[in-house]
Amino acid sequence: MAFLTFDVHHNKRQATITMGLLLALMLAFPFFAAQYGNSWVRIIDIALLYIMLALGLNIVVGFAGLLDLGYIAFFAVGAYLTGLFSSPQFAALLESVVNYHPAIGESLVALFGPEIQQNGIHLSVWAIVPLAALVAALFGALLGAPTLKLRGDYLAIVTLGFGEIIRIFMNNLNDPINFTNGPQGINMIDPIRIFGVSLAGEAGSQSTVYIGSYGMPSVNAYYFLFLFLCIATIFITSRLQHSRLGRAWVAIREDEIAAKAMGINTRNVKLLAFSMGASFGGVAGAMFGAFQGFVSPESFSLTESIAVLAMVVLGGIGHIPGVVLGGVLLAALPEVLRHVVEPAQMAMFGKVIIEAEVLRQLLYGLALVAIMLVRPAGLWPSPNKEDRPNVANAREEEQEAAAV
Amino acid sequence: METFVQQILNGLVLGSMYALVALGYTMVYGVLNLINFAHGDVLMIGAMVGLSILKLLEAWFPGLPGFVQLAVAILGAIPVAMLVNVLIERVAYRRLRNAPRLAPLITAIGVSILLQTFVMAMPWWGRSPLPFPQLLSSEPIMVGGAMISHTQVLLLVLAAVAMVGLVLLVERTKMGRAMRAVAENPRVAGLMGVDSNSVIVATFAIGAALAAVAGVMWGANYASITFTMGVLPGLKAFCAAVLGGIGNIYGAMIGGLLLGIIEALGAGYIGDLTGGFLGSHYQDIFAFVVLILVLTLRPSGIMGERVADRA
Repeated sequence: MAFLTFDVHHNKRQATITMGLLLALMLAFPFFAAQYGNSWVRIIDIALLYIMLALGLNIVVGFAGLLDLGYIAFFAVGAYLTGLFSSPQFAALLESVVNYHPAIGESLVALFGPEIQQNGIHLSVWAIVPLAALVAALFGALLGAPTLKLRGDYLAIVTLGFGEIIRIFMNNLNDPINFTNGPQGINMIDPIRIFGVSLAGEAGSQSTVYIGSYGMPSVNAYYFLFLFLCIATIFITSRLQHSRLGRAWVAIREDEIAAKAMGINTRNVKLLAFSMGASFGGVAGAMFGAFQGFVSPESFSLTESIAVLAMVVLGGIGHIPGVVLGGVLLAALPEVLRHVVEPAQMAMFGKVIIEAEVLRQLLYGLALVAIMLVRPAGLWPSPNKEDRPNVANAREEEQEAAAV
Repeated sequence: METFVQQILNGLVLGSMYALVALGYTMVYGVLNLINFAHGDVLMIGAMVGLSILKLLEAWFPGLPGFVQLAVAILGAIPVAMLVNVLIERVAYRRLRNAPRLAPLITAIGVSILLQTFVMAMPWWGRSPLPFPQLLSSEPIMVGGAMISHTQVLLLVLAAVAMVGLVLLVERTKMGRAMRAVAENPRVAGLMGVDSNSVIVATFAIGAALAAVAGVMWGANYASITFTMGVLPGLKAFCAAVLGGIGNIYGAMIGGLLLGIIEALGAGYIGDLTGGFLGSHYQDIFAFVVLILVLTLRPSGIMGERVADRA
């Protein structure tokens, strides 16, 4: 991939050309794909959200070297926040408070006024995105805090637990006070509205979005929004990587004690890694909620956390273009399997022997194990040796240490 | 008062299963400083194999007494679980023994997904919950106003026997001494002529045997098993191991029993304590709360040594 370079520091001209070409391709994609139906653009929309997630997780796992196994929980936090604050759900919440404890309920109703009691809260996207980032960041820091002084393994367990716990809460926090509407999930979430243009299309426009007189399908509008957010995420995380903070993360990943001795405040820097990683998940979740129009606990299972982790690991831990590649490969995988493998089996054996879903999980598991054993820096490792998690070197160093 | 006794009994039953699984975590952690994330799935494999053996027994030798069937199921599940866990060690961990911490954690997660998917894809197991036959008398035994089933009594007895056996093995045999030596310092143990690889394999095998017992009894107690059944017990058993002090086998036993009792009491009383705001379906959060508290207040657990990073 010699001509595909994203290394702005060493080969600026080449990198600019590559990125420009890629951007042009990405911008043209929905017009091309629209010929084959909107469902393909929709698939790519979701894929873009997963790439955002993978980039956020890459901060925690790739830069700081801390394993987060419940990352999808932050996605859930963002999605449910959108559900609560930009849908009729808040009205249901108030009603349940009134039923459960009339005194508190009445005072809350008086506080919010009859409008909110009727229709719930409908915050705009400009308020939801920062809120989702902030709340997710808070959860990230809260989760990381107990494990700061301990080895990274504990973070993995705490996050794994958190991922399961948040599902219990999503499923059960509908009674007696209805926050999440239980297993049914929250419906009728407002579509995103930017400068007065609803990205789901106005009522009666058959989900066509008009900017001035120019119309395009709703999924295309979302595509451009998510593409913009992805590029913003790539920009922010790559700037972070080469910042003082990013260097500190890498130092902690390679040797925490040495990093501390060099004057890095490891506690704050690790907390920042958790919360910054989480905030990207929160924003992606908020987008997901608004895009789908509904959220339910099913979308946030452990498998999804593993899927995001597999994207990071497969592509190349700590290398942003690699993570994007991993995201593209694994997000497109289920669709490819569904459209290729199942018909192929039908043609060969007359029935589906291995379902696409099973195969997908199998490939996630295999990817995690095989990559770590055979190519620990991922399919597309960073060209800079110091940016890679140093598996081979660590082994040599340990042997040297043993020899001393 | 009756609720209290009942919940303590439930807690002991639950806790003895956690303790059996926690022992597997803690022993592996002791010798390798590694969390074997796939351990919960070894429990699941044990339960699945146990169920298949029961079905075969029913087809080939109908009319065997219940406890004989159960004994055969457990004895059959143990070697399979041992084999699986030893394979996991060989494939996913051995080559990464000196790699950075992140690597074996990631392969462990991968192996866990692979095991679950494998079971899900097998036509005789599949993805829907499988009913586990009730083999012992369903007549409850009354203890001080509380009820306990025959299965649960058997579970308590088995757990006690397994734990005593393990203590004898670790404290009295040559293999046990080798294990303690490797846990203390693998390099020095190697210099003293201990083959650390075979000790590690033995550790994984013993942990798997305990998990298989817990898995079959889990099925017998709850009457239903699925391919994801290992995740939560695995997670909670790890919490129990941390509560007791990870790396310490007595800690795992105490931590497991204690966590079971905390969970049962919590589930029994959370409704009253919060005025009906939270119900018993929040049972699963207690282990997590305990984990957070222990990690914050006393990371070494009840019996453990210092676990802060010495890197």
